[in-house]
Amino acid sequence: MDKWGNNKAWFLVLPVIVIVAFSAIIPLMTVINYSVQDIWGPGQSIFVGTEWFKEVLNSYRLHDALWRQFLFSGLVLLIEMPLGILIALAMPKRGWGVSACLVTLALPLLIPWNTIGTIWIIFTRPDIGLLGVGINSLDLLEVPFDHTAKPLYAWITVMLMEVWHWTPLVALLAYAGLRAIPDAYYQAAKIDGASAWSTFSYIQLPKMRGVLTIAVLLRFMDSFLIYAEPFVLTGGGPGNSTTFLSIYLVKIALLQFDLGPGGAFSLIYFVIVLFFSYIFYQALQRVGKGAKG
Amino acid sequence: MARIELNEIAHSYLRNPGGESDYALKRIHNVWDDGGGYALLGPSGCGKTTLLNIISGLLTPTRGRVLYNGTDVTMLPPEKRNIAQVFQFPVLYDTMTVFNNLAFPLRNRGIPEDEVKKRALEVAEILDLTPFLNQRAAGLAADAKQKISLGRGLVRSDVAAILFDEPLTVIDPHLKWQLRRKLKEIHEQLRLTLIYVTHDQVEALTFADQVAVMLEGEIVQIGTPQDLYENPEHTFVGYFIGSPGMNFLTCTLDGNVALVDGARIPLDKKTAALGRKARGKLEVGIRPMYLELSSKPIKNGVPAHVKAVEDQGSYKIVALTLSDKTVRVKLLEGKPVPEGKAWLGFPPQSTRLFADGRLVK
Repeated sequence: MDKWGNNKAWFLVLPVIVIVAFSAIIPLMTVINYSVQDIWGPGQSIFVGTEWFKEVLNSYRLHDALWRQFLFSGLVLLIEMPLGILIALAMPKRGWGVSACLVTLALPLLIPWNTIGTIWIIFTRPDIGLLGVGINSLDLLEVPFDHTAKPLYAWITVMLMEVWHWTPLVALLAYAGLRAIPDAYYQAAKIDGASAWSTFSYIQLPKMRGVLTIAVLLRFMDSFLIYAEPFVLTGGGPGNSTTFLSIYLVKIALLQFDLGPGGAFSLIYFVIVLFFSYIFYQALQRVGKGAKG
Repeated sequence: MARIELNEIAHSYLRNPGGESDYALKRIHNVWDDGGGYALLGPSGCGKTTLLNIISGLLTPTRGRVLYNGTDVTMLPPEKRNIAQVFQFPVLYDTMTVFNNLAFPLRNRGIPEDEVKKRALEVAEILDLTPFLNQRAAGLAADAKQKISLGRGLVRSDVAAILFDEPLTVIDPHLKWQLRRKLKEIHEQLRLTLIYVTHDQVEALTFADQVAVMLEGEIVQIGTPQDLYENPEHTFVGYFIGSPGMNFLTCTLDGNVALVDGARIPLDKKTAALGRKARGKLEVGIRPMYLELSSKPIKNGVPAHVKAVEDQGSYKIVALTLSDKTVRVKLLEGKPVPEGKAWLGFPPQSTRLFADGRLVK
């Protein structure tokens, strides 16, 4: 086949290029542009090379935020995965209870994220919040419970909110995985005299592997990028104790208007996320292949 | 080893069954002899799997009792009964090796490890699974997987009966007969009671000593394959067994003659006498291979029109119209095929009479 001599067909691709340019390439280039300049006013800037990257990478505040972020995402996975699976196992298998459970579980997922922050502020307030007043009425704590009082309290509150908000997603995925296991497996396990624990570890867990990998991926990425709920609830405090990466980024770039370090930080954040996305993508591909066999 | 008795079994999936139509199994009352090879044959939805699950204990019947060697086991769960079941598609513990799969039922019962090993190796040998023992079960082909499911039943020395629920559905056709032969071999070697559910008559007829044909929650006939073919006791058996199935023509009786839209089909005296006493809708039935076909008028012949001829290689199927009904004749190769008008002969010894679907007797 001869190639067409007319290259005008390339113009047909133009709309896509324009859209992608505005949605991704230009913003990214702008950030890259900021990251290599020192800007102190409109039209007043100077090229500084990799200086901002060095500064950001060496900043102990970024290190702290990064470790905090990993600790947070790690805790999220450690708590939400087993809890979600337990909820899925405990859910009814047929009858009206199924729809009731599904709707109840889905509720937290339907609430706007900053509303969730607001709900939990009110819920944990030591003067009027149900949880805050409830805990303090037990009179067990040295420092009365208030999520702004101590870093530990802030963390507990943020974790509680996160678990309440997102465990349902894990539970729904796990439930879907469980429902997809044909009855014959349970019947065979019964005939083979398997205990409930063996049934779980040799049938249910292996058969849920695919959906659970997706759940881990979604929960890791979402918790790694978390912003709205802790921003509303704690604003990153007390001190910097709940300042996660995105909150720190917004502080630098928008509140202090340090566009150069902000740009460099964004790019580093982006590379980290890209790296983990790649790892999870590979993991998913392998699970997909394993499931076929 | 066990003799399985089903005592007045009926089952409904509804909590409060009302009329007969609520029952998936209407009334099952029979005995499966120790060491026998049985097939449960019937169309989809006739209750075969329900009956199998009642025997294995996965279901508790609404009414009736299940007895193993005379002991009532109706209320016992499957793991307490000495049975194994092989399902439609292979059920495996994917994360385990083949060996661990085979050992699983024994380990769950707390059998010492050296005994477990001995049994698992023995069974692997019988099923030709020895080369795969240390492989992950998930990676094997469908027929090997199905053999593992069977193996998990065979390893248990206490197993009295193995129940199969359409076990060859997902197996490739060329492996099907191999696996079927393997099953038959194992049956002959170990003399276990085998009950085999299928909707494939070839599978049922080649595998089993006794075939139970089920229809709408009832066993309509139990017999050897030969029996079912020669002496169907129900129009459904005649129609379901054999290819093509039996021909049925609605008729009335006039002395020793069945009248089909004016055509006269002579009957056996005994059959006719029984028919006169029977009530309900009468039908004459005859296997396509017993019909005589001629291009010239014959004695007691019934005129018909040749509609179509299907060449099946070693024989031909000739479809004829007899007034408004279709009759199929199986003609061996080499016999002349009439064209247009033809005469059908119904040999009385092969012509059966059915009242409301059941053989008159």
